[in-house]
Amino acid sequence: MVTSSDTAPKMTARHVNVFYGDKQAITDVSIDIGMDEVTAFIGPSGCGKSTFLRTLNRMNDTIAAARVEGAITLDGEDIYASGMDVVQLRARVGMVFQKPNPFPKSIYENVAYGPRIHGLAAGKAEMDAIVERSLRRAGLWDEVKDRLPDSGTALSGGQQQRLCIARAIAVDPEVILMDEPCSALDPIATAKIEELIHELRGRYAIAIVTHNMQQAARVSQKTAFFHLGRLVEYGDTPTIFTTPRETRTKDYITGRYG
Amino acid sequence: MNSPTDWKSEAMRARIRRRYAAERRFRLVGLGAVLLSAAFLAFLLLTMAANGWRGFTRTEIRLPVDFPHSTLILDPATIQGFGAEAALAGADIAGVTTKAADAAWPAIGGARLLSDGAWLNVRAAIRHDPAILNGRAAIYVPAATDIDLAAKGDGSPEAERAYAALKKEGAVRTAFSIAFLTGADATDPTVAGIWGAFKGSLLTMLVTLLLAFPIGVLSALYLEEYAPRNRWTDLIEVSINNLAAVPSIIFGLLGLAVFLNMMNLPRSAPIVGGLTLALMTMPVIVIAGRNAIKSVPPSIRDAALGIGASRVQVVFHHVLPLALPGILTGTIIGMARALGETAPLLMIGMRAFIATPPGGVADPATVLPVQIFLWSDEVSRGFVEKTSAAIIVLLAFLLLMNGLAIFLRNRFETRW
Repeated sequence: MVTSSDTAPKMTARHVNVFYGDKQAITDVSIDIGMDEVTAFIGPSGCGKSTFLRTLNRMNDTIAAARVEGAITLDGEDIYASGMDVVQLRARVGMVFQKPNPFPKSIYENVAYGPRIHGLAAGKAEMDAIVERSLRRAGLWDEVKDRLPDSGTALSGGQQQRLCIARAIAVDPEVILMDEPCSALDPIATAKIEELIHELRGRYAIAIVTHNMQQAARVSQKTAFFHLGRLVEYGDTPTIFTTPRETRTKDYITGRYG
Repeated sequence: MNSPTDWKSEAMRARIRRRYAAERRFRLVGLGAVLLSAAFLAFLLLTMAANGWRGFTRTEIRLPVDFPHSTLILDPATIQGFGAEAALAGADIAGVTTKAADAAWPAIGGARLLSDGAWLNVRAAIRHDPAILNGRAAIYVPAATDIDLAAKGDGSPEAERAYAALKKEGAVRTAFSIAFLTGADATDPTVAGIWGAFKGSLLTMLVTLLLAFPIGVLSALYLEEYAPRNRWTDLIEVSINNLAAVPSIIFGLLGLAVFLNMMNLPRSAPIVGGLTLALMTMPVIVIAGRNAIKSVPPSIRDAALGIGASRVQVVFHHVLPLALPGILTGTIIGMARALGETAPLLMIGMRAFIATPPGGVADPATVLPVQIFLWSDEVSRGFVEKTSAAIIVLLAFLLLMNGLAIFLRNRFETRW
């Protein structure tokens, strides 16, 4: 189920099981997240795709009952090894959430917070440069450059989500995980985010969870189909959408269930 | 069953009428409840203001003193610099005051017209301007309680006559009593002041706040953000909730046993009062704090964790600032309760008669509610209005505290 690519994958997952207490949420998932490409996780609600995404930057650590088995590596390094610093890991593997969740602070502070806690800027000028670069990459600079001191929560939903993306890329991550980033947005805002994902590809390895088949087809190069906690099929996006191997994949993609 | 609903039937119309009537009844009852509580509040405030206002004023008599012909042996030159206090302390100013009054009004009571503390004003006048020792001077001194009451239309017939005579002479005035706001407790109501108790309350509240706020907030943060959910934390939660409901007198006994008997801290001191009240206030802050922390949206924690903030950074950069308005509200409710508390402080000896304002947290002191309790128990009728005035001061203190809390809350409140 693992496709080999020419270069070494950015992240690999091998035989990953996730438990919430006694309940097994993920069973034996092995997958690669390649650099320079977008990997989409699709599947019906409750299939474990968000849970799996959250194991990739150890966000599941915050849930007391969650337990992860198997091996997940970032650049060949086991992220669940005892020597791995989870704070640094989350800076290297950034995350964008389902609901836009800017801090109730100014737009500037939202972006500057990450670099500040990691000590990435040596002074005000450097910080200004990081904020501007991040907002430009998130395609938000032109809209907010004149109101950086305004509250981040005063922006529209789509702008808030792009602010969250700017916040994530401000700490210069290597991987960006997106958990249904467009599910709370209207079609126009969604189109902007998808465009942004295209532009970010190449600079970051991106994994995106989505409920929207068309979105997966539009933005991703690799698609993984999850069902009942198992990885059913994983491959190049055009292949998955045109000639899936499994009937379950075909049924889901054609809207038979989900 | 399939016939369409008849919205115009008699039964349906009656039901609708009943529903509207129920709504009107509910609104009337609610309005009545609000009006009733407003009326009680207005009654309380008006009585307090009417009685208490007179507590802030006092009647003063212009006492003529002929210093050169008095028994006072005091050289104006000595009342300067460092020797002034000693020179004044050595002189029999009280005797001179008494004789001056006896000489001025032999027929209507003489020195009995004056407050026991009248000579203090004479001394103050001399210190202020030693030159008056060279001639005759007229000094305003506080009148005795009887005369004060007579001036306020509430005295005995004898006092009324004396007051009328003084008034004819033009020797009385009603003045705003600075002494009430700057003095401490006294046996004579005309010189009794509230500053001692006010300062005692201030110091006690300070100790309470400094202990209960950090401990309460840190407990709430730990329980909400760090503690695992198990039987032990459940037990702690139940215990804290129970602690908030324990009658305050029990805390007083606890303070007596632990702080005074075991730790041998000074009796009647604000430090002990503050410790005892902190025990009482802390659970309130913990409960309010936990609720405020719980109401911070989890998405904010996710956002901060997602860019690599550590747990402590999440808590202190994001959770605590967002929870602070709620925590402050809880704190002020707890502090207001502590400020009005009498029972536990009686247990640790803060009901003593303290005639000097406390200089620090270890000095003997009393607090406003206890002072009110003590004055309301006094025999002298002059204390009635002092009690009301003290209540006004206590209410003003409370208002000030609440105002500060509202200011701080609005200052920190985040607009979403």
